[in-house]
Amino acid sequence: MDAAALTSRFPATQDLAGKDMPTFRVAGTDLLAVVSALRDEQGFDLLADLCGLELQGRPVRFGVVIHLLSTTHKEYVRLHVDAVNDRVPSVSALHPGANWHEREAFDMFGIVFEGHPDPRRILMWDSYPYHPLRKDFPLAGIEVPFPAADVAEVTGQKVEPAPMMGGPFVSHGGKLSEGEPSALDQSWTEEKPKA
Amino acid sequence: MKITKEISIGDVAARSEELRGENMTLNMGPSHPATHGVLRLSLELDGDKVVKCDPVIGYLHRGDEKIAENMTYNQFVPYTDRLDYLAPLANNVAYAIAVEKLAGLKLPARCEAIRVLTCEMARISSHLLGIGVYAMDTGAWTVFMYTFNEREKLYTLFEELTGARFTTSYTRIGGVTRDIPDGWLAKVSAFCDGVERTIDEVDKLLTRNGIFLERTEGIATISKEMALAYGLTGPNLRASGVPFDLRKDKPYSGYEQYDFDVPVGVKGDCFDRYLVRMEELRQSVRIIRQVVKTMPGGAWYAEDAKKIFLPPKAKVMTKMEELIQNFMLVTEGPQIPAGEVYFEAENPKGALGFYVVSNGGGVPYRLRIRGPSFVSLSILPAIVPGNFLTDVASILGSLDFVMGECDR
Repeated sequence: MDAAALTSRFPATQDLAGKDMPTFRVAGTDLLAVVSALRDEQGFDLLADLCGLELQGRPVRFGVVIHLLSTTHKEYVRLHVDAVNDRVPSVSALHPGANWHEREAFDMFGIVFEGHPDPRRILMWDSYPYHPLRKDFPLAGIEVPFPAADVAEVTGQKVEPAPMMGGPFVSHGGKLSEGEPSALDQSWTEEKPKA
Repeated sequence: MKITKEISIGDVAARSEELRGENMTLNMGPSHPATHGVLRLSLELDGDKVVKCDPVIGYLHRGDEKIAENMTYNQFVPYTDRLDYLAPLANNVAYAIAVEKLAGLKLPARCEAIRVLTCEMARISSHLLGIGVYAMDTGAWTVFMYTFNEREKLYTLFEELTGARFTTSYTRIGGVTRDIPDGWLAKVSAFCDGVERTIDEVDKLLTRNGIFLERTEGIATISKEMALAYGLTGPNLRASGVPFDLRKDKPYSGYEQYDFDVPVGVKGDCFDRYLVRMEELRQSVRIIRQVVKTMPGGAWYAEDAKKIFLPPKAKVMTKMEELIQNFMLVTEGPQIPAGEVYFEAENPKGALGFYVVSNGGGVPYRLRIRGPSFVSLSILPAIVPGNFLTDVASILGSLDFVMGECDR
């Protein structure tokens, strides 16, 4: 890892003196150039991880952390990027593997990746209104409307009920034969109305 | 109104245009035996050829990263079991080492050797399942029975060591839960002999099996450049010809003391991915034999981890200082210094990474889990189109993913 080459070529890059691996804070405008320079000139050919982060003690709220790995020099490098106005340029053109990581960072934090080919949510469903990994989102979650509006209109459902009857581990209520032992209270099955 | 068009019988190009139907969208999953869990593939088909593949994930999303921010470091260990639930012992180790790096702990040799042993046993368990299920996906039922027989023996060994068959939660930050029971290592040696016979049998059943070769050879070839670009790790990366193994190249937990080879594929097709896993099984057995032979004595937890590792139960019940320490660790959590660390361990499915940011205190500020299955699946839109629908099961099985780790 040639840190001097990086900081001299990109003056806005700040060496954070990471304890476990070389760590830099990169300006968002430089990000694509830095990542491609690291890939093509210093051998960091594999994007190990990309994740969002709620920052502390910085002027902006969110940041992105990128871990790059060199399979030839066997070392890692970490890049911190501030998301100014919640925006960061997408590196998925340089590392296609970043595509899903960026979708996840958008899903969880609401960070927008500029130039991303497929900016959709990934873990939550498309109409989900919140970004759950933000610090102001409660652990217990917030109730949201049923995702399928047409179904909710008819059924009046607020949340989707888990299917019980017909599932793989649910047997039919009642006895199949006289000799079969079974619980007296059959209220857990859906065939009998609850008392 | 039906429009008919007169075309001559010899006009093949015009006829094929006439015969072409519109593309069909097919949802494979989220509850489909070949998707190994709750993966849904939204496939666009032209006849039975896949034109477009869009994986839909998140059905098993539990918010592990959010949960981690709300509990102490020790409390999160059982959650790591549920990432790659086919190799929980290896997940425990990866998490423990990440936090230990942040805390600056040095572990005794015996603890490291036990961890290597459990990691390799977890690898055998995961690969046996991966290969057995893969054979079933491609139409060979028998192999599954052979490999599950061995996994059953492994689970019995896990139960003796950890008290649980499936969700083991064996490691602690700064050590392991308990020492190896008496006579357990001899049983591990006996298991190694048995599993080697089974690997040979599976080899005979599959590796030169015509049907299996038809289903796997030349299917979904991933080139070296593509594997690196998509960030594949573990057997999937090595099958494409990149000789990168974190156990060899960034050794942790004392892996550098053991002698083993890293199998590498040539073409990067489904068959190569199978071959790499078969050879990794043999190499894992080789490592286990060495660990059993050279198992060092001494403590199985870090002596200087007083502020992290729970004191022995007997002392908690009799000594005041240990009681207070136990109380503080359980209520406040282990005091981990502020900082950030990223650690990846070579798990059966690939590199399982933990990025931990600490502000000091007993609770992580941010804990990011980099699941190898998540990354392995992200390559599907690039490799599935162009294959037949029947090959999709073969491709999915060869990537050997697990949704618990993908959706977290």
